[in-house]
Amino acid sequence: MKTVHFPTSKEELKSLKAGEIVYLSGRIITGRDQAHKRLTETLKAGKKLPVELKGQAIYYVGPTPCKKGEIIGACGPTTSRRMDAFTPSLLKQGLTAMIGKGNRSEEVRIAIKKEKAVYFSTLGGAAAYLKKRVLAAKIIAYKDLGPEAVYELEIKEFPAIVWIDSRGKSL
Amino acid sequence: MITEKQIAETVKKLCIKANTILRPDVKKALCKACAFEKNKNARFILGALVENYKIAEKESTPICQDTGITVVFAEIGQQAKIKGDIGKSINNGVAAGYEEGFLRKSVVNDPLSRKNTNTNTPAVIYYDFVPGKKVKLTILPKGFGSENKSKLYMLNPTASMEEVKKSVINAIKEAGPDACPPYMLGVGIGGDAGKATFLAKKALTYKIGFWGESANYKTLAKELYKRGNRLNIGPLGARGKTTLLGVNILSFPTHIAGLPVAVNISCHVLRSASATL
Repeated sequence: MKTVHFPTSKEELKSLKAGEIVYLSGRIITGRDQAHKRLTETLKAGKKLPVELKGQAIYYVGPTPCKKGEIIGACGPTTSRRMDAFTPSLLKQGLTAMIGKGNRSEEVRIAIKKEKAVYFSTLGGAAAYLKKRVLAAKIIAYKDLGPEAVYELEIKEFPAIVWIDSRGKSL
Repeated sequence: MITEKQIAETVKKLCIKANTILRPDVKKALCKACAFEKNKNARFILGALVENYKIAEKESTPICQDTGITVVFAEIGQQAKIKGDIGKSINNGVAAGYEEGFLRKSVVNDPLSRKNTNTNTPAVIYYDFVPGKKVKLTILPKGFGSENKSKLYMLNPTASMEEVKKSVINAIKEAGPDACPPYMLGVGIGGDAGKATFLAKKALTYKIGFWGESANYKTLAKELYKRGNRLNIGPLGARGKTTLLGVNILSFPTHIAGLPVAVNISCHVLRSASATL
């Protein structure tokens, strides 16, 4: 199975085709509902974002609390659709990939095609399985949001379906 | 005499158990699907889901990071002797379970102002009075990826059987790949709007393979199961034969002017645990 290493360039994501299963590895950031809301509000206000989005992959997740000695709690993807309204403006900032679960809106599909990004759907509900594939985790923004804070993660071989490829083809 | 402490302790243990050890019937259904599925991607995903529940059980880690809003079915015997406040005890048990079990606290204090209560309480508690002197507590942690796909159809009393079936199938189609299929469907038919949605939720606490209480409803549930699995949504939307793990229907008498049909969808991480005091 093909492995995509993050961060990666849009050029390298070109070869991926909707429907294929790949492994995702490397460094990514996380963000879900409240983080998306804050990031877009910051952009609207013309202020600087607390995280760099250019060249990044964002994973929609809110992990369970971490036990002592663990890297992260259980950490499967949340439903991507709830992020749809915020996604086009983040893609404009140079975001290259999104990782979540399920379908996206038509607006998001068009924005992905325009920006030549890729949307992956990873294993929804397989939170214990994915937890074992996180090598490092640290909070980099919005700590006050608890499970919705923005983390930087180092992941190894997250299985994922290429759901919307850079040509805008959706599964 | 049943004490507050006993209730809280029981609820605490049930919260942790339900979130870390998958129900035997759900494990069986996933393994069966894995053996039956022909689609390569679907098989790969089902294999990972089986590995997931094994890791969760072995390491006492939540099966899914969305450890849900805690739904509690409290069936209280008419002759049960309870000392203290049962609602308070259940909520104390939930708070303790989510803290000690490292479960995610996902409940906000108000649907509009949205501040996390940091305890996963209050739980959604459904009280029911039953004959006897015992108290049965069933915990159903319900994730919101699937809860958001709940549907209520207030059909006409003259609706055909096909319209009833189409409503349920429509709910599955609308959920599509978003709510972590393969799904378990809880269907509530009859009563009023509230009763139908309650029954749909409660049907999820019955074992996969229960189908319904009478021959008619069993036949209907099996027909819905077959049709649902022909939708080609598949595990996590990867296509294939496995869109549903099962269908359970509960029914109740209703009004001459209506036919409520409620659908409560559960993701493949269908969690519940019970204990009797």
